[in-house]
Amino acid sequence: MSANEIKHAGLNLGDTDELTHGQAGSAVFGFWVFLMSDAVIFALLFATYGVMLPATVGGPTPASEYKILSAFLETLTLLTSSFTFGMVSVAMKHGASRRQLLSWMGVTLVLGAAFLGMELHDFTTMFGDGAYPTRSGYLSSFFALVPLHGLHVFFGSVWIIVMMVQVMTFGLDARVKINILRLSLFWHFLDIVWIAIFSVVYLQGLIR
Amino acid sequence: MMTQGIWPAVLGRFDWHALPFVRAWENPTASEIIGAGAALLVIIGAVVVVVLITRLGKWRYLWSEWLTSLDHKKIGIMYIVLAFVMLSRALIEAVLIRMQQAAAIDNAGFIAPDHFAQLFSTHGSIMIFFMAMPFLVGLINYVMPLQIGSRDVAFPLLNSISLWLTGGAAGLMMVSLVIGEFSTGGWSGYPPYTELAFSPGVGPDYWIWAVTLGSIGSTLTGINFAVTVYKMRCPGMYLMRMPLFVWTSLCTSILMIFAMPALTVATALLALDRYLGFHFFTNDLGGNMMNYANLFWLFGHPEVYILILPAFGVYSEVVSTFSTKQLYGYTSLVLATMAIALLSFTVWVHHFFTMGQNADINAVFGIATMTIGVPTGVKIYDWIWTMFRGQVRFTVPMLYSLAFMMTFVLGGFTGILLAFPPLDYLVHNTLFLVAHFHNMLIPGLLYGMLAGYHYWFPKAFGFRLNEKWGRISFACWVVGFYIAFMPLYVLGAAGVARRTQGMFDPIFRPWFYLAGVGALILVAALGALFVQLWVSIRERDANGVFAGDPWDGRGLEWSTSAPPPEYNYACIPRVHGRDPFFDAKRRDDPYAPPASYDAIELPKSSMTGPMIGVVGAATAFGLVWHMWWLTIIGVLAIIATVIARSFARHVHQIFPPDEVKRTERRWLRAVAEATPTSREVEMTSVNQGVAEVSS
Ligand code: HEM
Ligand SMILES: [Cu+2]
Repeated sequence: MSANEIKHAGLNLGDTDELTHGQAGSAVFGFWVFLMSDAVIFALLFATYGVMLPATVGGPTPASEYKILSAFLETLTLLTSSFTFGMVSVAMKHGASRRQLLSWMGVTLVLGAAFLGMELHDFTTMFGDGAYPTRSGYLSSFFALVPLHGLHVFFGSVWIIVMMVQVMTFGLDARVKINILRLSLFWHFLDIVWIAIFSVVYLQGLIR
Repeated sequence: MMTQGIWPAVLGRFDWHALPFVRAWENPTASEIIGAGAALLVIIGAVVVVVLITRLGKWRYLWSEWLTSLDHKKIGIMYIVLAFVMLSRALIEAVLIRMQQAAAIDNAGFIAPDHFAQLFSTHGSIMIFFMAMPFLVGLINYVMPLQIGSRDVAFPLLNSISLWLTGGAAGLMMVSLVIGEFSTGGWSGYPPYTELAFSPGVGPDYWIWAVTLGSIGSTLTGINFAVTVYKMRCPGMYLMRMPLFVWTSLCTSILMIFAMPALTVATALLALDRYLGFHFFTNDLGGNMMNYANLFWLFGHPEVYILILPAFGVYSEVVSTFSTKQLYGYTSLVLATMAIALLSFTVWVHHFFTMGQNADINAVFGIATMTIGVPTGVKIYDWIWTMFRGQVRFTVPMLYSLAFMMTFVLGGFTGILLAFPPLDYLVHNTLFLVAHFHNMLIPGLLYGMLAGYHYWFPKAFGFRLNEKWGRISFACWVVGFYIAFMPLYVLGAAGVARRTQGMFDPIFRPWFYLAGVGALILVAALGALFVQLWVSIRERDANGVFAGDPWDGRGLEWSTSAPPPEYNYACIPRVHGRDPFFDAKRRDDPYAPPASYDAIELPKSSMTGPMIGVVGAATAFGLVWHMWWLTIIGVLAIIATVIARSFARHVHQIFPPDEVKRTERRWLRAVAEATPTSREVEMTSVNQGVAEVSS
């Protein structure tokens, strides 16, 4: 097996670590498949949101609830965190110092937490306006879709912490590397879902 | 008493009337007594099992060799055991439904309406999620890695977790018999009826969480199988050389990956409605139940192909083996399988033609539905041509295959009828539909699974199943099916609604009696199957096939001992064609030992799976009964288990070369000592698992 053979989509370990590269094939491919199935969940929730958008029942509407500035800042934060996670992957692949690796992970974690903080703030503001999920079908579908993404970010953050601890305990053994590869896919995936949320939910909601 | 102090916090909404014994004591009607009897049966069953294992001193063995095992073969067997247990329960429920409907013509019968509704809901849910799914997943688990020359699936731990999620969910179904009640909303759980406004009890919650746990397990299984097929094939096993069972496993897995999430979304949104007051499917504040129908059937139709495709795979293997002929039209079978998988996502609206979309949409989905008949027809012809001029032997699996071909085509015709929206308007929601889908699922799923069970049983346990009892059971399954379900076509065409607890017109009576007799014959069929197992175990020494190839098999799975060693293959095989073992037997010596053996690494067993399954079921139980403390502890325990497991590093065991060599030598000696069997006598004790090759 040649070291530079692509074993799965995305960043490959290639000749920097042939042994782990050999094992990563099905491990990372499997995670891609998992993400596809997760993407189906999001797709169906987007569809549900689309169907229920008109069902505001005289209550709050997208235009009255969405704040473009905070949605935009959230987008920037999450996109930046995707970049910093990219740096994690690069640092891992090219054998950067452990400190450097951990710092990039730490930065990503902080950005993730910041995103969650802002999002929670958005939700409390909406609650303050009486925009509860129990108010209308439209709000139900909003609160199924957007917080589910938030929940993913939350679990991604927990996962980052776990991986930081593992890097400190085990160093970069094969399993740690493979799990960082998977985590990076997860994190970038959440970015893509967020871009869909930003365009389909927030932008579209404010344009109408 | 239990509404004061801390009790509500601890017990949630449990009270004594949740126990069927209490209900039967206070209100001793036949219906309540049957409910209490069922609960008692569950308890006695559990106690007997526990006592038996303790008496035999087998707890440690069971725990370390089976429950925590990550071996795909053992996991497969455990799935199938689960399927048989659940089949027994669901079949008994079907008989009760039949008896009630036969009794309740112009009188109340013996089962109260609410209890009756629980019966058809549990029967349907169990048959689909806890009989059919475990059966096919178990079969694929056992066979597919062997067929592709692999030592395990891609993610053995995940495999165990899926098993235990399914097992936990099935356990929840059993618990619902003893504590509380089950949903009355059918296997499809349609809101708004299943919303709090109309079903405030625990029933729909049991349904939601059992189905959700099961569907998560199935999604993970699908991922696992798909990656296994893509990544774990042995050298030379190109896609177009894979046995057809592997192809159908792959397509089924892909369907699971894409279709199960729709079910998860449907049940999760219904749960949000019921638990947090959302308005997805309620009648007020913008809820829209049509959305549920779409989500559910977006899963539901692909689901029927998840169920049927593996059986198609079994038939392909069986027909080819027992005709001693290469499968006719291999490529067309592969393409047909993929076409069916794809089309299955384009027809879901046929489950609700009557729910108000316009005629054009119905026409599109009606035509799409009929299209599926084409690839299915292709398959039937392929199997027939495979038999043509073959050396056909009427073994039990072959009998099932033949019964399938006749019966399934019949069910397909009624399906084409139903695909005409105007006709569907007439028989929608009647027993005609019930007859149709049983006419598909019994031959298209159950017969297939039973054929696979008979076919691969000798591989898994090292001895053949008894032929005579196999034939008796087969005869009962077929005759019983026709007698139980043909009358339903008549009744349905006459307008009898499904899920009806009682009717008035005495003209229906003979048909219901007939159907009741059929159901009893089906019970006899299951009984015969258990007798067969018992007899076969007792006669196992006479019918041993340790050498591993009782049927002159074609695929790799027949090229190891029966049962295979834990690592399946001492050396990873290399294949050169579509029927590697069959060809090898005719070309050279397929049993030639390799020059030397290497050490083999396999995953160690793990208690992660049982932990997650049991805690998952407890969490769900907490959700059902609003015992929030249990739910919170459960969720935290699951997260902690997963994290803790990710820190485990010594997760492999090594089989040293000496041990491999010893195991292989023992088997090869048995092969050398066995007398090769000709096909004429393969169903007798002469068969020791080595095929006579005429070349
Ligand atoms: C083996 C013998 C079987 C018998 C005697 C039987 C009998 C019945 C009966 C009497 C009903 C209720 C009909 C009504 O609504 O009035 C029913 C419903 C149903 N059965 Fe079966 N059945 C059998 C096997 C199966 C199998 C193998 C499956 C699936 C794999 C299955 C799936 C279902 C489903 C999904 C329903 C609909 C439940 C609902 O209304 O929600 N059954 N069956
Ligand atoms: Cu369908």
